[in-house]
Amino acid sequence: MTRILGITTIWIALGMAALGIVVGVLGLLRKRQELVAAALQTVYINFVLLTVSMAAMIYGLVTHDFSIGYVAQVGSRSTPLFYTVISLWGALEGSILFWGWVLAMYSAVVVYANRKREGGLIPWSAVVLLCIGSFFYILLVGPANPWHLVTPVLADGPGPNPLLQNHILMAVHPPLLYLGYVGMTVPFAFAIGALLSHEIHSDDWIKLTRRWTLSAWAFLSLAIVAGMWWSYEVLGWGGYWAWDPVENASFMPWLTATAFLHSVMVQERRGMLKLWNVNLIVSTFLLTILGTFLTRSGIISSVHAFTTGTIGYYFLAFIALCVVVSLVLVAGNSEELRSEGRLDAAASRETVFLFNNLFLTGFTFVVVLGTLFPLVAEAFKGVKVTVGAPFFNKMTLPICVSLLFLMGVGPSLPWKVATREQLRRAFLLPGGVALLVAVTCVVSGMRDAYGISAFTFASFALVCNVREYVSGAMARTRAHGEVFPVALVRLVAGNRRRYGGYLAHIGIILVAVGITASSSFRFEREATLAPGQVMPVKGDLSVRLKSMWGKEEPQRQVVGADVELLRNGVVIGTLDPRMNFYRSQDTPVPTPAVRSRPAGDVYINLMAFTENGQSATLRVILEPFVPWIWFGAVVVALGAVVSAWPSSRRSMRRVNASAHVPSASGAGGYSIPGAAVSLQASASPTKSS
Amino acid sequence: MNWKRSFLTTAAVGGPLIALLAYGMTRDPRDIPSPLPGREAPTFARAAFVTGDHSALRVPVGDTVRLHDLRGRVVVVNFWASWCLACRGEHSALSETARAYADKGVRFFGMLYNDSEANGRDWIAEMGGQPYPALSDPGARAAIAYGLYGVPESFVIGADGRVAYKFIGAVNEPQLHQLIDSLLAVPTTTPGTRDTRSIPVERSGAPVPP
Repeated sequence: MTRILGITTIWIALGMAALGIVVGVLGLLRKRQELVAAALQTVYINFVLLTVSMAAMIYGLVTHDFSIGYVAQVGSRSTPLFYTVISLWGALEGSILFWGWVLAMYSAVVVYANRKREGGLIPWSAVVLLCIGSFFYILLVGPANPWHLVTPVLADGPGPNPLLQNHILMAVHPPLLYLGYVGMTVPFAFAIGALLSHEIHSDDWIKLTRRWTLSAWAFLSLAIVAGMWWSYEVLGWGGYWAWDPVENASFMPWLTATAFLHSVMVQERRGMLKLWNVNLIVSTFLLTILGTFLTRSGIISSVHAFTTGTIGYYFLAFIALCVVVSLVLVAGNSEELRSEGRLDAAASRETVFLFNNLFLTGFTFVVVLGTLFPLVAEAFKGVKVTVGAPFFNKMTLPICVSLLFLMGVGPSLPWKVATREQLRRAFLLPGGVALLVAVTCVVSGMRDAYGISAFTFASFALVCNVREYVSGAMARTRAHGEVFPVALVRLVAGNRRRYGGYLAHIGIILVAVGITASSSFRFEREATLAPGQVMPVKGDLSVRLKSMWGKEEPQRQVVGADVELLRNGVVIGTLDPRMNFYRSQDTPVPTPAVRSRPAGDVYINLMAFTENGQSATLRVILEPFVPWIWFGAVVVALGAVVSAWPSSRRSMRRVNASAHVPSASGAGGYSIPGAAVSLQASASPTKSS
Repeated sequence: MNWKRSFLTTAAVGGPLIALLAYGMTRDPRDIPSPLPGREAPTFARAAFVTGDHSALRVPVGDTVRLHDLRGRVVVVNFWASWCLACRGEHSALSETARAYADKGVRFFGMLYNDSEANGRDWIAEMGGQPYPALSDPGARAAIAYGLYGVPESFVIGADGRVAYKFIGAVNEPQLHQLIDSLLAVPTTTPGTRDTRSIPVERSGAPVPP
């Protein structure tokens, strides 16, 4: 019954989508408003249908209905309820169903949020969304049908992949990833919709697109870092990024979306880079589909790859269709997408944005190249190769360091032209701090050039971005007599978009510091200990194996070690690294124990043990500043929220008004009315120091 | 719309990308040729936990089967598990082939992979029994020695003790017949003279990753 309901709703959704596309296109071409309105209704109906289908699947999973193919594949009576529910996205078919639901949800939100908007943009975008949606419905009734009947009905199933039922982050990372990944479909739909409806010149569509990209980008940022965290907490190697094709798949669209979020400002301010921006949006979407294709088709070997079937061919056809349609439309309209303005000077904010885009697209290119290279090598040389971390690190570290530098330069420069005096004031303080950090690094014995430059530029960028807040708020305290915290809040509220952006910068800097420190100063030691034995780790830090224990759980056996962390012989904490043995899984799944402090983590993994509990082999890894990565991601997302939060009409007017304040008013191009003037009059202490 | 520019850009940019991805679909990155075909089959000594219904194939429960003792016979070792769906699919093909060749001296063994004997016994009963015995593989030693990637996988071992063929996924019945016939036709007096290294690995169905 559940099964029939689940599959029927998908078939109806497919029919609805087809109907919506035909009726919508007809209505748009013949300018029949009632047809267009009817087509938009199918978007809502499909959201309801997909919700029913997904609810049916969750019901099937929870009630252990093993006649449903997907439940028979990932379900098990011994799996805890929580992991049973989240196994919805634990394998291919379920994840496609979830994808379809997220897309239907986004489509409905797009149509609802813009229901009062006139013109062809939204209807055309809805048609594009319905087209993309129907691709996923076709997958769901065809090669990725989660509802196929299993006979005879099994009494029990194998349960989800043990790696996916081992950590709470599996409930967080995939939904965030889908929200981000699928979210990139909406800007694409807007771009194609704008091209089809000839509204590509309106500022409206680019504003709409910017906000959607920003929210999808925030989800994607969180998802990527949640994935890193999961890998760190579960896999037991003490790392968080391995340049695996699937990690790259999530990272490539993030890079192009980041580039777009910057270059879109140049278009809004100066009317430049229109064609470029459309290309970035289209590339971002195509990269999400390419990433999915790489994961789901199994053409590239990856730890994340699901078992595959014919689904790869469907994705290939879909990519080909998307590539052709977008290239035809974009290239055909490229004349109309000419720039209105032009670059005025080398030292200006738009120049920095250009460099930022250059580096980000270069970054994307390197990642795409590294990911697809095994395929290229096999096609042209007939050899099997793998491209690993050394390639990616070597190629991307210079780019990362340059981007950190630009992250500081950008906010400090005004639009159009910066004078010599402005440059001096902008970079004296951050440059000084950066120099101090560089000298400290060298004196304290660091020799790795990238490590030193990463810290140097991170501190440079941090000073630049924090200064924007401090001096802006101080200018307000002087101009309006507000106390500093109030001034700070009003400053941000007055130009959320800008200060949200700086907050995201600060978050990225924290992530960069976390990554640099944890990879530069990582320390690890491994030893086999008997209970009671102590192993010195580093400095005054040591660990003592207290005891070993075992535990039977319905779906697994757990073996753990109680380990005490000692500083100068005094116990400062206990950790319990474990090893889990799942039925139907060869290799045990580790659960490393992590003691997290802002200054760094102590990470202990149980590597091996003797069966009678006489000894255990422990690997202890010290990773400084790792929590900064997770914290930084939250700051990034917070920045995006501040930036994307819809403004009330009143503050919208205020922002618009402030945008017209001449940017020559201050070194940072301060655009708060009043504040800019007072800044000129009395240079703030942070500036003059 | 500038159609000429459209067409040229699409062909120049989209064409190579799509061609590359399409080419990728014809390759399997996991298809790293197994080194086993042509080599001496890793030997094993494993106890039977289900006897097998056919009189010629029967092994009493608890008796140890040693591959080494079977030199001179064609042997088929099938790795399976009760939790494996594809194993259900190939079960009747294996049983019929085992029955058909039992009198010609061909020996079939089912090697239980990562499962409890009780589950295995129930599964065989549920499938209506099987002519050949089932062996248990504690510690998955045999599975490791055979470089198992998933279940089901089946190894066909010639009279010379060399692995002649490896099925990844469910066995293909006509091919299995053909293969056994050709191995039976090779005189057993000249072990090791046949170069089977060029025999490819057969792939059918999707193996279940362990």
